[in-house]
Amino acid sequence: MKFVIAIIKPFKLDEVREALNGLGVAGMTVSEVKGFGRQKGQTEIYRGAEYSTNMLPKVKIEIAAADALVPQIVETIQQVASTEAIGDGKIFVLDLASATRIRTGETGDTAL
Amino acid sequence: MIRNTFAAAGALATSLFVSAAAFAQEAAEAVAAALPAPVAEASPAAAAAAFVPTAEMVNKGDVAWMLVASALVLLMSIPALALFYGGLVRAKNMLSVLMQVLTIVCVAALVWFAWGYSMTFTSTGSPFPTIVGGLDKAFLAGVDPTTFAATFSNGVYLPEYVFVIFQMTFACITPALIVGAFAERIKFTPLILFVVGWMTLAYFPIAHMVWYWAGPDFLHTAPTDMGLLWGWGALDFAGGTVVHINAGVAGLVGCLVIGPRIGYKTEAMPPHSLVMTMIGASLLWIGWFGFNAGSGLEANAFGALAFINTFTATAAAGATWAIIEQIVHKKPSLLGAATGVVAGLVAITPAAGFAHPGTAILLGAVASIVCFVFVTTVKNKLRYDDSLDVFGVHAIGGIVGAIGTGIVADPALGGQGWIDYTGPVAKAGEYVMSSQVMTQIWAVGTTVLWTGTVSAVLFLLLKYTIGLRPSADVETEGLDINEHGERAYNM
Repeated sequence: MKFVIAIIKPFKLDEVREALNGLGVAGMTVSEVKGFGRQKGQTEIYRGAEYSTNMLPKVKIEIAAADALVPQIVETIQQVASTEAIGDGKIFVLDLASATRIRTGETGDTAL
Repeated sequence: MIRNTFAAAGALATSLFVSAAAFAQEAAEAVAAALPAPVAEASPAAAAAAFVPTAEMVNKGDVAWMLVASALVLLMSIPALALFYGGLVRAKNMLSVLMQVLTIVCVAALVWFAWGYSMTFTSTGSPFPTIVGGLDKAFLAGVDPTTFAATFSNGVYLPEYVFVIFQMTFACITPALIVGAFAERIKFTPLILFVVGWMTLAYFPIAHMVWYWAGPDFLHTAPTDMGLLWGWGALDFAGGTVVHINAGVAGLVGCLVIGPRIGYKTEAMPPHSLVMTMIGASLLWIGWFGFNAGSGLEANAFGALAFINTFTATAAAGATWAIIEQIVHKKPSLLGAATGVVAGLVAITPAAGFAHPGTAILLGAVASIVCFVFVTTVKNKLRYDDSLDVFGVHAIGGIVGAIGTGIVADPALGGQGWIDYTGPVAKAGEYVMSSQVMTQIWAVGTTVLWTGTVSAVLFLLLKYTIGLRPSADVETEGLDINEHGERAYNM
């Protein structure tokens, strides 16, 4: 099993979610995060006090998936979430040691 | 031992408040009988008769309006000012600002009842009656539903309670304005102690000096019975000096004595909710109609004049600030527009009943420009952490407005001029702009010196006894949880 973490631009969330549904991805966890990479922030000015914000709002998607599905998931997210501009985000894949469905106690691939 | 002392103090305080009511009942008859009799006129035609205000001189429309205006001014404190300031601080300190403003309003109202009204609006029982009054009306002794307060018109009176109430709301908001200057880094109890001391030693004397007088039907027989600045002829319709310069300078002194916030200039401290700030600024504008138009004390055309000036000057100031930011930053900001609005309201406050709506527009625009320079360039250059720009907006806006009043009140510019009350019937005084402006400058200077000195003494006293500032840990973690055991947001 693998754990896929994708940081994407917030407005891409709905498209990504629909595309992943089409692949058979049953669930995901979504959180609102802040971060930066090569995309620079904006300057905010409050009554003459200037702040350069390095933190930009992004959305993080976390998906636990069976090994076989992972390459498709990564490719789908990359194609759908891309705007070909700096700040589109990144996708990370981690090894997942175990997964358990809380309701039934199932483990392994059947828990995903 | 301590418990017994508190119990005794509580019993004493309660009995004072209760006996005040009983005492007022007896005193009312004494006061009604002892109204000042005018000095016998030399003129053979006039029979010298004591002027006695009667119930027929009270107009229900005036009373209704003044009570509504008072409620509007209280709205300016809670929640308008609380939200305006609260939105500008970081989320971890939002609740502390709300609590400070709310508590100051409560404490100020009680202090006004106890000795504030008496010190401000009497002149008996004081060694310096033109500076401050005495305690003859402490706990509102002698004030009851049958006593009267003068307006600015001969033979027109308000029930005295109405005047007490209206002025009470002013006494509540003025100390609350100060907290913005040292927001996010003041301990709660020393702040409340400061407020009680400052009201007593700065607000009441200045309000007395600017606004106390014997009334249009009594002044000609008691020609020295007036506050010092009133006697100079200084014009301050609704409190440019008494409220705004007063609070603004006190705020500056406070922020200098306390020092800047931890992380000032190095950490980002943007406002946590400009939504709240906008709600606050909007309610301030609505409430300010009560503040300015109510200061005419009558429901008439002059109240309407103050109302429309409060409208046009403010509109001009808000628009001007937005235009300045468009030019300077290419982006007009909501905070800028809201600040401009407040700056305009502050500046028109002393001039509200004197200006023409057209000159009010100019005054608002000028105040906006000057305040913009102070809250951006000057503050950044001199590096003082006046967190919410109490000095930059209230003091500077108040100074522009107070001096500008000398200009816009000129009848040659459509202004109302000044009223000569030295005869039995009020008449228009002769207006000389240069000398009026000079008088305004004197009034501004006196206010700045007086409140600056009192504030410095009080702040330093508290700093070197119980301390003003919370510890670095408390300040970093936030005042809400540490001073009040609550969080503003539990989301």
